[in-house]
Amino acid sequence: MSGSLDLRDLYQGAILDHGRHPRNRRPTADCSHRGHAENPLCGDEVSVGLAVDGGVIRGAAFDGQACAIATASASLMTEILVGRTPAQAKGLFEWLWTVTKGGPETESSEMEAEPRLAALSCLRRYPERVQCATLAWQAMLAALDNPGP
Amino acid sequence: MTAACAALALGEAPPYDVEAVRADFPILHRPVRGRPLVYLDTAASAQKPGEVIEAEASFYAADYANIHRGLYVLSQRASERYDEARRRVRRFLNARSEHEIVFTRGATDAINLVAASFGEAFLTEGDEVLISGLEHHANIVPWQLQRARRGVVLKVAPVNDAGEVPLEGFLSLLGPRTRLVALAQVSNALGTVLPVAEMTRAAHAAGAVVLIDGAQAVAHLGVDVRALDCDFFVFSGHKLYGPTGVGVLYGKETLLDAMPPYQAGGGMIASVSFERTTFAPLPDKFEAGTPPIAQAVGLGAAIDYVTRLGIGRIRAHETALLGYATARLSEIGSLSILGTTAEKASVLSFVMNGAHPHDIAQVLDSRGVAVRAGHHCAQPVMARFGVPATVRASLGLYSTQGEVDALVEGLAGAEALLLP
Repeated sequence: MSGSLDLRDLYQGAILDHGRHPRNRRPTADCSHRGHAENPLCGDEVSVGLAVDGGVIRGAAFDGQACAIATASASLMTEILVGRTPAQAKGLFEWLWTVTKGGPETESSEMEAEPRLAALSCLRRYPERVQCATLAWQAMLAALDNPGP
Repeated sequence: MTAACAALALGEAPPYDVEAVRADFPILHRPVRGRPLVYLDTAASAQKPGEVIEAEASFYAADYANIHRGLYVLSQRASERYDEARRRVRRFLNARSEHEIVFTRGATDAINLVAASFGEAFLTEGDEVLISGLEHHANIVPWQLQRARRGVVLKVAPVNDAGEVPLEGFLSLLGPRTRLVALAQVSNALGTVLPVAEMTRAAHAAGAVVLIDGAQAVAHLGVDVRALDCDFFVFSGHKLYGPTGVGVLYGKETLLDAMPPYQAGGGMIASVSFERTTFAPLPDKFEAGTPPIAQAVGLGAAIDYVTRLGIGRIRAHETALLGYATARLSEIGSLSILGTTAEKASVLSFVMNGAHPHDIAQVLDSRGVAVRAGHHCAQPVMARFGVPATVRASLGLYSTQGEVDALVEGLAGAEALLLP
């Protein structure tokens, strides 16, 4: 990142829309799998609940207090995960982590099929926000490891 | 001699010329994102005047060697420069003796030194350590470690809605088991100036020893450890326009003498055999290993710089600017300032209804305005005010009205972009 920076590509389109009007933001208490993540840098926290049935994520919700980037990423995630397997969800986390850390953007057939992933890939220009961008995804990983009773 | 200081040397009392001061700071003249830098994060770390940078660089170029152990000329010169830096710190704090000035890595290191060493000598199970609800994590966690290791009880003086630590609440927690009181002189999260002189008197009357965390105070208020009568005072060089990696512990000689070494190694011993080691006298006893020699020299230059400008004049400039900034920010309807006491220094901490501090800081950064967003290593303060984080703009001796105006314009931009 250098020179003047136009923030409109960050706070625009899907990111701004999902940041302002998050989808699937609701209490996660009744979900089969629940997880929580905190950003130690700023104190933001997100809880994620997943409904996993027959080896497939059937639904996802999140709750918590977080910035627009973290909120938008959480909201997009809850839509992206539906219909995917836990293994696919973990793979998407790896992809997002690499991308937002400023790593090489890998061509992916997933991205072509999923425009919401492309929206998240614009975060790659803001490596200092990697913790924000992946907060809900870390909660999602914790949720996959924490099936309820 | 810099322009700002040249006028002073003539014995005049000129008005504070902030533009002349800014000319002394190379980094303030480098554009950021194609715009002039607006640096409003001095509470995290202050920028350095050219003469501090030059003092450290020229020390390495001309006088550098390790101290104390060399019989050759460079080592003697380096030792003299290091000792001279200690003398400047002594005068700056008005300490009685150079033996009372210990160089550390920073304020955090100094508090950890006191917690570990004073703790070993004087704290036992059931003893109480009293802090305030405004403390930086660096003045909380070392005492929690003492709680875990020695069964010390940690008490916290409450914070009111204005961000003050009222004396009544503080006094009610002083008791017969209070061994140590550890207080920030200025809150890093809110800017509140605590009445540490009154608190110190009360703590002494209760038989407690007092540590003042001056990390946020030294660059903004005059400090006189003998007038304050505190037992320990700590600060970091980098917040006083000096280098990173160096800080100071002031401690009364009788106390430091009674305390065991913190770290062990070279430099802090009188003699070593495998059977028995005797420790060096103060302050070397607490300076194991090669100290931050060049950084101490740079800190000495920083002390010269702020002393020549005059801490009183710096305070007057910053207080006027803080008043202006408070008034300007109060015009923004969506914005709430945390910490509304009149007794403040340097810091404006705020939240914007409907926008997260991180997003606000990102928008400000795109305009070259550097502020901090987060919990400022003071999560209990955030919890007290029911917010996860704030935006913090902090002022220094080089801050201007124009920079405050740039902040206000940036916040209007953040409102337009982020608020629904």
